[in-house]
This record gives sequence, structure tokens and C-alpha cells, in this order.
Amino acid sequence: MMKFRFRRQGNDPQREKIKQDLFAFNKTVEHGFPNQPSSLAYDPKLRIMAIGTKSGAVKIYGAPGVEFTGLHKETATVTQMHFLPGQGQLLTLLDDNTLHLWGIFQKDGYSHLEETHSFLLPGRPGFDSANVPDDYRCGKALGPVESLQEHPQDPSKILIGYSRGLVVIWDQSTRHIDHLFLGNQQLESLAWERSGSILVSSHSDGSYMIWSVSDDSARTLQPTTSTVPYGPFPCKAINKILWRTCESGSHFIIFSGGMPRASYGDRHCVTVLQGQTLVTLDFTSRVIDFFTVYNTEPKDEYDNPSALVVLVEEELVVIDLQTPGWPTVPAPYLAPLHSSAITCSYHISNVPLKLWERILSAGKRQSPQLASMNWPINGGKNLAQEPTQRGLLLTGHEDGTVRFWDASGVSLRPLYKLGTANIFQTDCEHADSLNQASEEEWPPFHKVGCFDPYSDDPRLGIQKISLCKYTAKMVVAGTAGQVLVMELSDEKSEHQVSVATMDLLQDREGFTWKGHDQLSPKNGSLAFPPGFQPTMLVQCLPPAAVTAVTLHSEWNLVAFGTSHGFGLFDYHRRNPVLARCTLHPNDSLAMEGPLSRVKSLKKSLRQSFRRIRKSRVSGKKRTNPNSPNSKVQEANAQLAEQACPHDVEMTPVQRRIEPRSADDSLSGVVRCLYFADTFLRDATHHGPTMWAGTNSGSVFAYALEVPSQEKFSERAVEAVLGKEVQLMHRAPVVSIAVLDGRGSPLPEPYEVSRDLAKAPDMQGSHSVLISSEEQFKVFTLPKVSAKTKFKLTAHEGCRVRKVALVTFTSVAFEDYTENCLACLTNLGDIHVFAVPSLRPQVHYDCIRKEDISGIASCVFTKYGQGFYLISPSEFERFSLSARNITEPLCSLDFIRPHDTTCVSNDYKGSPKLSQANGTHVLPASEGNHSFVDGAGTPEHSQAALSPASIDSPNSTDTTLDSTADITVEEVKDFLSSSEEAEKNLRNIAEDDTRSPGILIK
Amino acid sequence: MNRAHRHGAGSGCLGTMEVKSKFGAEFRRFSLERSKPGKFEEFYGLLQHVHKIPNVEVLVGYADIHGDLLPINNDDNYHKAVSTANPLLRIFIQKKEEADYSAFGTDTLTKKKNVLTNVLRPDYHKKKPNIVISMPQDFRPVSSIIDVDILPETHRRVRLYKYGTEKPLGFYIRDGSSVRVTPHGLEKVPGIFISRLVPGGLAQSTGLLAVNDEVLEVNGIEVSGKSLDQVTDMMIANSRNLIITVRPANQRNNVVRNSRTSGSSGQSTDNSLISYSPHIETNFDPKDEESDEEDIIIEDNGMPQQIPKAVPMAGSLESLTQIELSFESAQNGFIPNDVNLQHTSGAKMEHETHASDQKPLEEDGTIITL
Repeated sequence: MMKFRFRRQGNDPQREKIKQDLFAFNKTVEHGFPNQPSSLAYDPKLRIMAIGTKSGAVKIYGAPGVEFTGLHKETATVTQMHFLPGQGQLLTLLDDNTLHLWGIFQKDGYSHLEETHSFLLPGRPGFDSANVPDDYRCGKALGPVESLQEHPQDPSKILIGYSRGLVVIWDQSTRHIDHLFLGNQQLESLAWERSGSILVSSHSDGSYMIWSVSDDSARTLQPTTSTVPYGPFPCKAINKILWRTCESGSHFIIFSGGMPRASYGDRHCVTVLQGQTLVTLDFTSRVIDFFTVYNTEPKDEYDNPSALVVLVEEELVVIDLQTPGWPTVPAPYLAPLHSSAITCSYHISNVPLKLWERILSAGKRQSPQLASMNWPINGGKNLAQEPTQRGLLLTGHEDGTVRFWDASGVSLRPLYKLGTANIFQTDCEHADSLNQASEEEWPPFHKVGCFDPYSDDPRLGIQKISLCKYTAKMVVAGTAGQVLVMELSDEKSEHQVSVATMDLLQDREGFTWKGHDQLSPKNGSLAFPPGFQPTMLVQCLPPAAVTAVTLHSEWNLVAFGTSHGFGLFDYHRRNPVLARCTLHPNDSLAMEGPLSRVKSLKKSLRQSFRRIRKSRVSGKKRTNPNSPNSKVQEANAQLAEQACPHDVEMTPVQRRIEPRSADDSLSGVVRCLYFADTFLRDATHHGPTMWAGTNSGSVFAYALEVPSQEKFSERAVEAVLGKEVQLMHRAPVVSIAVLDGRGSPLPEPYEVSRDLAKAPDMQGSHSVLISSEEQFKVFTLPKVSAKTKFKLTAHEGCRVRKVALVTFTSVAFEDYTENCLACLTNLGDIHVFAVPSLRPQVHYDCIRKEDISGIASCVFTKYGQGFYLISPSEFERFSLSARNITEPLCSLDFIRPHDTTCVSNDYKGSPKLSQANGTHVLPASEGNHSFVDGAGTPEHSQAALSPASIDSPNSTDTTLDSTADITVEEVKDFLSSSEEAEKNLRNIAEDDTRSPGILIK
Repeated sequence: MNRAHRHGAGSGCLGTMEVKSKFGAEFRRFSLERSKPGKFEEFYGLLQHVHKIPNVEVLVGYADIHGDLLPINNDDNYHKAVSTANPLLRIFIQKKEEADYSAFGTDTLTKKKNVLTNVLRPDYHKKKPNIVISMPQDFRPVSSIIDVDILPETHRRVRLYKYGTEKPLGFYIRDGSSVRVTPHGLEKVPGIFISRLVPGGLAQSTGLLAVNDEVLEVNGIEVSGKSLDQVTDMMIANSRNLIITVRPANQRNNVVRNSRTSGSSGQSTDNSLISYSPHIETNFDPKDEESDEEDIIIEDNGMPQQIPKAVPMAGSLESLTQIELSFESAQNGFIPNDVNLQHTSGAKMEHETHASDQKPLEEDGTIITL
């Protein structure tokens, strides 16, 4: 053991330096759509938008590449957000009654988002009311305030809407009520017209009322008009309403909700009304909030809204209001990755320009750009360098689609969508009837957005993808054992897909498949749009999910494996080459089919997802123990976590210590397949080989007889079993790779002939690197004998989940590279090993070990980056390389009057402050912001931070709570206190010029 | 190494020794050079040859000076037999499948009537039902206490040898908490404990592990700070050669320091074989344990081989024929000069028998622990 210790300590300082130049761990950016959004804000001056989530994350977006992420220390729902327009500051209100101020700061030439202050809102005492007609008093109180809106022209005037329908214009300078609107319908929201002469109120009965603000009388008894747009039958409430004037036509009225309760009460709609034109935008998930991008120049007369931005629970939709028909504008970020559940992901680095352009054009033809406008939320500047190479991320989905994403930069952009469902006969052929709203129909639904979580047939789900970037050939394999060979075509085509069936059981007796049926392909020729078009369909029997697939485009071979065996298919000659059953004779479970296990797997996945959600919502300890609400939630979460009663838990959890036996269930699952041109049979002749690894630690190596290109049509490919390796520890084989004479991994097919890689060293002796879930081993070839090994599980107690061969380039020298093995374990750590010595280099914590779906979804890129799902809709991007980092580098220009809220931060490392979903807890040192007030209001910054000051009479707290009762005096009090708060804020910011214009909904 | 198998009785040479070998009802006599007896495998081959039973697995025994029937199955006891034989070395050969193991042991030949008749007349089987103890060559270590000299007396490092799949390791672990002495006084810290022993399992049969023993290390790696699942995975990954350091719940049977001769704890009875008595290994390094698991490589001819010992099949066949030849010449009365060849072939044969022996032995249920 001493020897062991010494070996570890004896680190070479030179080597340490090289390692520093090669490896660095950073979580750089989150791709996709924030999970469980809860609020939305827009700064029309800086043209940036903020989205808050239920886990307390704040994300700010501007032009593509301009992104800021912040995470509240409290895991609480962000209920409201308001920008201080043009100042680069954002005020957030959480459901734990805390108010936070965020600011964007410059550092090293780039902008960052940081939290600067936080306040706790106390409860309020009650007051008597006066000066209000008796009818509008509920006892002593006026009832809850539903809406507060600043006058668009005169900041001293505030519009106050009470829940019971009373609307008041309050003048802050005179401290008097300017005007009373005696509405009597329960109020939902209020909005000003630009000039301040009209206001519109929306109500719980699905009506909206227009009130004219005239100076002649202090009271208005009746609205100018009152409309129930979807009447006459009872309607649901209109939650929010906006009024926008337009120079070229009549004004826009935009509102959410208000649908007829009985017939369409379950629809999530936003209605856009301009003159006689009414469109009901129909979303697939709940509407959170919406805003319009409009002209805010004070001197201009009209709003002229250019775009409507709607945040729904699962996506962000932008409608072009200037183009007739109001088409949607494709978003350059916030990609709805989860529009159907992601079932697998695959990354390709260094995509050749030609393939890139072909995919791009196929994508463009697929969804022609209807909107005339560019992305309207375009504040800030992207300072990141143009990505040096093109990276393509492919996601397979439950509905049988494969989506192509541009993963070269900070914003993950959709490129192209490939559907595979259309070549199969599915139970419910649901036409696109939903999209076509007939002329007669009322309301005129217009389906927008792409979130559609419902799959017609789970068998269509994509399990594995393999793409050759040089020949544009792709293999896509799915849940029902379907393997599709596709080819990229620039023209549309109509052809028949040839079908072949391959029996992987190979006459194994006593087998009855109790799982799903195989998919039945459509007969006859089918029409395919430009893009990837299927040429060949191979169906495995029994139709179990494909667990491994690989493609060799030079040899025209595709290999695929299921839980029963693997097959090799020559897609050029369209005939099977090899089928081998990998079932262990004792494996009774597999014999019966995987139905029960599939169910339990699904169940456990669902449970783990629930656990993740739960831990995200309630995992962190609340800092506010006073809030009874949070206590109840916490208790509920605890209850939910204790699935079993207490007395059951009394028996301790035990683990049986037994080595894995050969007849473990699922031992036949094929985990990896690999093609290599190497020495399998003798040391003098190399040739095509195929390798397969199974769940029980078996490796099969076949020597292939592949005829030369010109004779391909004449002679058939043959496969001869060359070697069979049984790993003694019997752990599942997760990856196989052949290393050349120099110890570098063999290049991909065509990589050498296209001058994109060095030719492999075929002189020195090759070796094969076999990674199991427990160990990495390098064996010599052709005579298989163990050369080096690393027993990960025996040393660290963790198991391998994902591995990849990664090329690391030094920051110091561009031409110094090392090949390494990156490995993600079941504990969420990432280890990097040198190849072929298998010496451990570095290891980092990456994913929480409870985050099973995150670990399962992880994919490494070839140059030291990676992605994993932090929620069903978001990929976290990380980098292991010190050189190859993709992170948001952007700047936002604004003038913050007397910007003295100096926040120095001793934050080092990743430019990203924290992960929005809180799936990874930062070490204390990293998230440590110290507030140092540079320019001299120390007592205020202290007051903001110290909890003692919260109860003091001079506290800066404002009173905001829309759910509790409020009285006029209270309003008065609120206004004075908010004035005080403003004053204080002003002091903090030394902003004497103008009040920060907080608009509270 | 030049040793001679001299055939022919009554050699007058001082260095030679007469051997009388009995197999069934047949006797063979030959002589050996006392000073250079050679290896057991060669002797074994010679016996097979002189009795003309080249492919019969046999057990070899000899009568020592006390008249006990003792086994010859390795170089050590072979040399012992040769050196103690006075004047004649009496060899008894039994077919392995018919072997009566109970014949071996102390006092066997003094009660000549019983035992020898038993050995010599296989039909005499009315003996008391003895516990069948396999031949010592079938013994292999199943557990040992190691590193006694470098560990605190309160700790015990136990090595479990797992062979084949017949006998389970047979224990369970659980989470628990133990009390540690720290600079701040006593502290409760989480720990991993043995929670259950499976009756008849390897762990129970060693007697070295007990329920509620705290697991401190697995193959040299501390388990503190690791989760139950991590420790489980570590143990399973090391299951072929598992070294667990425990703090026994029962501290009364701890190994007393400086008694290097007996490493056995009070709970475990002697491991019964001198050559495999609990041996003390110091400075255990997990990296040295390379022999613990060897993957099986099946070449395309379908013959399983252990990786490091991979012997080409053709070669081993050849060596067998060479043995045949060389013994043929020995029988004809002259000493073969071709010793080198014979030696190498002998070594290869050792491997072959070793390899072919291993399978049935591993699957033999009579694995002795005590």
C-alpha cells in the first residue's frame, strides 16, 4: 500500500504543467428551453428578455450568443420579473416573499449577470379606508390589488386595479386619487393605451372593458365598451390584456385566456385582435406570459408592435405582427429540444462544409421562412469568435424523428428534422387536420409552436444513430428493432424502401417473444422530401429495441445489436452477412421477452424524473423558515420522498456481495459494435474486422472478407469468427476501439482518403482497448493478451456509464495533442485516462449522482466537450479541454446612471456563474460574491444584506402581495413606502435623475 | 539437471535407490538416483510409463518409515519420500476415480491389516463412513489473514479466494455508524458493516468474518466516505481476490502480535495444510495481484486458453509424443541424453495437466476450508 501511495505522489511537475494546458473543466452554457418557466420580462430599450423558472433560475437573452444565467440562492419560483429599462438591472420576486436585484456588469471586456441585493418582504398591518364609496369597501378593506400600471406619459401617476373591479389612478406627487373607475366585474389585469387616454381592463368572466380617461369628472361609472369576445356562453378569465396602437391600421388588442369554458376551456390560447381580424393562437402548453416588441421612443405617437412574444410552459413562440397572416419567427435559441421526448443523442465534430450546407438547405426547404422580420430580441453583442469547426448534435425522439442541431456555438440552432414514422403503418394516422382551421370554425384556432409530447406509437422511438459525415449516409435504429439506412439527397424522390428481416435468435429454441410486434412498413413507393431518405429497412427478429448500431460506409456495412444478438448487413448488395445470438442458455428472462422489464425500467425512469423534479423544487433548504407555505411544501416533499412507511425503513438496506454470474438476466444485450481495419488473424495482414461487446463481458471479433470497391456487386461479404474474449469480471462491455502502432485510435472511414487525418500506423503492432463498466483493458493484436489495464471499480467504487476517445489540444502549443479516454461514471464524475497507458490524468465532479437521466443522456464530443440533459428540455454543455471551450462571451452596452453599486467578485473559473437548474451545487469558493461598496453608501448596502435591518423602521422593504387584502391607506402607505424604497434605491444607485420605473403587474 | 531413471533391480551404486511400485495387483521395480530425484511430474510420468497406464489419472502414495501411507503429489513430498526411503521406496498407486482417500494419513500402515487390505483390495469397503477429505493437491487456500504485522491489533485483514462459481461468497453489507476517537472527542461516523452471512457461503465457512464487523478497507482502498453502493461495486469488482480489512465486532479473538507462526485467529481453525497455512503477506499492493483474473480468449479453433499461458495446441501435442519417446528409450536401459528436451516437454506437460485438471477441481464441491 505504501508503494501505491508513493506512486501517486511522485508526480512530475513538467507533466503537471502539460496537464494544465490540456485539461480544464467548465460548465459553459445551457442549450434548449428552460425547464418549468414561471415568468417573463422584456427590456424594450436594451432589447433583451428574461425568463425566470420555478427552480429560481434567471436567464437573460438578447441577440444570438448573448446569454446570461443566474440562479437565486433560494430554490423558489420566480413569480415576477421587471427590468429597470435601459439600466441593465432586473428585479425579481420569488414566491418565498423575497425581492432580488440583479445587475449586468462588465468584467474582462465581457458582461456578466450578478445578484446585487436581496430584500425580504415583511407582512403589513391593516389600515382604515376613507374617501371611497361605501359600495367598494369590503368591510374595511378594498380587497386585493390585482394590477399596478405606471402611466405611460406621466411617471407620477399609477393605475391601481382592485380584484373586485375598482380601478384608481393615483397621483404620487399630490398623493390624491385622480380618477375612479367603478368597475364591478372581478378584475384580472389592466393595460394603458400609449397616450394614457384609454385603459383596458380584463375580467374573470372572459370580458374586457375599455375605459376612456377624461379629465372632466373624477369618476367614471361605465366603460366605453364591454366585450365578451368568445361569448355568449360562459368563458374563462382573460388573464392578461395589452393595447397597442398602430400607425398603419387599427390598434391591436392582445389577450390570453377568455375561451368558452365548456367547449374549449382546456385550450391554451392567446388572441390577437386588430380591427376585424381575430386570430386565436392555440398552444399545446399553458401560457405563462407574453409581451410585444414595440416602439418605445417617447416622442413617437404609435406603438407599432412588430412582434408578439409568447412564453408557454414548454416553448417560446414569436409571432411576426407586421407580415400579413402573422407567421411565426423561428427562434435562434431556446430550442424546444423536448418537443418530443429525447431518446438518444449523437454528436459529430468537424462536419465538412458540403454536408453542412446540404443539411442546411434541406432544413430550409422543410420550413420555408414566412416571416419577413429578423429575430426581434437582439440586444447586446456576441463577442465570441466564430466557431472554428462545425459541430452537429443529433437527437433521436420518441415519435421517430431525428433532429439536427447546430451545436457549433453558444446557441443551439435547429437545422433539420427527419421523420421516420411515415414509412410505417401506425395505428392512428392522424392527419394534419389540427393545422387547418376551416373558415367557418369559431374561434378561429391557429395552431402554433412545435411542442407535441404525444407519440403515436412508442415503437417508433429512435434508439441509436450513426452518421458518416463524408458520404452523408446515416443509420437510424429504433425501439421495434427497425434499422433504417438513409442517404442524403438534395432532390425529392418517390421510391420503394426495400425491407429485409434478420432473425437474431438463430433457431434458439424455447423462445417466445412477449413484447411488442414489429412495425409493419407501408407498401409501395413513398414520397420523400429532400433530405435524408431511407433506402433500406432491416427489421430484427424478435423486434426488441436496438441497443447498438454502427456504420462503415466504405465497406457498405451496417452492424446492429439487440438484447438477443447482433447482425451484419451489406446494404449495397442488400443481403445479410451474419447473425449471431448472444443469449446465454440460462437467460430465462430474455427468453420470455423484455415486457416486464421494459415496464419496470420505464417506471424507474419516471420515478427518477420525479425525484429530480422534486429535488429541484424542494431540494435546497429554504432560507426563510417563517414562510408557512414553504414549510408545507417541504413537509410534502419529505412525505413524498418517504414512499414507504417508517417501520419498513427500519430494516437496513443490505447489499449482497456476489460476483456477477454468467446467467445474469440481460446478459446477451449487445452493448457496442465497432468496425476496424486491423490485424486480427495474423500479424502480417490487416483487414476489415467487426467487434461486438455484450452485457456479460463477452467480446466477439470477426474477420471480414470485403471485396474491393469495383467487385462489390459481384462478390458477397463474408464474416469469420476470429476471436472470442470473455472478460473474467463479466462486466458489460461499453466500448471497443482499436489503437494503431503509435497508440492512437484508428481514423474513421474516408477520413484518411479525404486528407483529414493522418494515416494510421499499420507497421507497429495494433492493440484493442476494451472498456467494460468496471475496467479498461488494452490487449495486443493479433494475439490477444492483456497489455495494460485500469480497474476503475476496484479502485474507486464507481462504474463506467459512458466512455469516449477524446483528442485534447494544448492551450500552449496548438500542435501538441494527446489522445485520452474520457469516462463518465455512475457517480457523475468524469475521469480522463491517457491512452494507451491508461494512467489516470484528471477527474471532475460533473453531474449529481442522483441525476440518473442526466448521466444516461451524456454524450462526449471528439475534442473534449460534452452535453447532458439537465431537464427534459435542456442540455448542459461542458468542456474538459482547456482549449476547446464554447461559452457565451458577450457584451451589453447601457448607461446605468452613476453606476456605483460596485460589486467586486472574487469569482474565478468558469464564466458561467451557476447552473440554472441547480443540478450542480457550486463549491463555496466559486459562488462567493463579496459586496464591497466602493463609492460610499456603506450603510445601505449593509442594510440590504444584514437581516437585522429588515425589521427596522427605516427598512427599504416594499410591500407587494397581490393575494392578501389591502386598504386605501395601505395603498397610501405602500406608495409612500415605495417612494421611500425608490429613494433608497436611488441612494444605493445614487440615481437622482429619474425613478427606476418599476412597473408592477 | 541430469537425473536418471534407471531401470533394473539391485543396482549396486551408492547413489541409487530401489523403488517398488504397486498398481492394482502388479508390481514394478526400478531405481532412482537418490541425490537427483528430479521433479514429481517426471516421476509421475515414469510411473505411468512403467505400469503402462499412460492416460490414467492416478494417485501416488508411499509408505514412510513409520509405516504411514502418505501421498506424493508435488515436488516437496516427492523429495521427502526419496530422502527418507530406507532402503526401499514403496509406492502405492491407485486409480484416481477409485481412490480411497481415507487410506491416507497417519497410522494407516501400522494398522497394516486394515489399511493395506483396504488399499490393496478395493472391494473391502466396510469402513466407517469417514469424512471424505480430498487429496492435498486438491487443497487450495480459501481464506487467510494477512498483514498482521502492519495492522493495528484491533483490525483484521482477510483475504477470500473465490474459485469457480459453485460456492457463493455469501455475505451482505449494510450502512451503519461507528464511533471514532477524533481530536474533538468521540464522534459518530457512518460506516459499512457486514449485515448477514449466508450459511454455507465462503465468508461464513472461513470463520474470519462475522456479522457487525465494520468494513474499513477493500483491497487496500479505504471505504470511508464511500456509499454502500460504491463499496458493493468495489467488492464485486474485486470478488475473485477480495481483501477486506475489518474491525471485528468481537475483539476477543484478535491476532496477537509477534506470533508470526500462527496467523490464524481463534475463530478459525487451522487451515490444515502446512504448505498453505495462513501465510503472512506484508505490504499488500493491489497492483501486484495480476494473476487474479485472466480473461478467456477463444481463438477461432474453439479451444479456450488462459491468456498469459497461451500454448499453441500443435506444440503441446508434439511435446506429448516426445515424452513417449524419451521414456521408451529409458525403458530400454540407457539414459537419455536429451534432457533439455525432456525437461521442456515435462514443463509443458505440467501446464497441460494443470489446465485440464483445473476445471473439474473447480467444480468439485468438496472444497475444504477448515
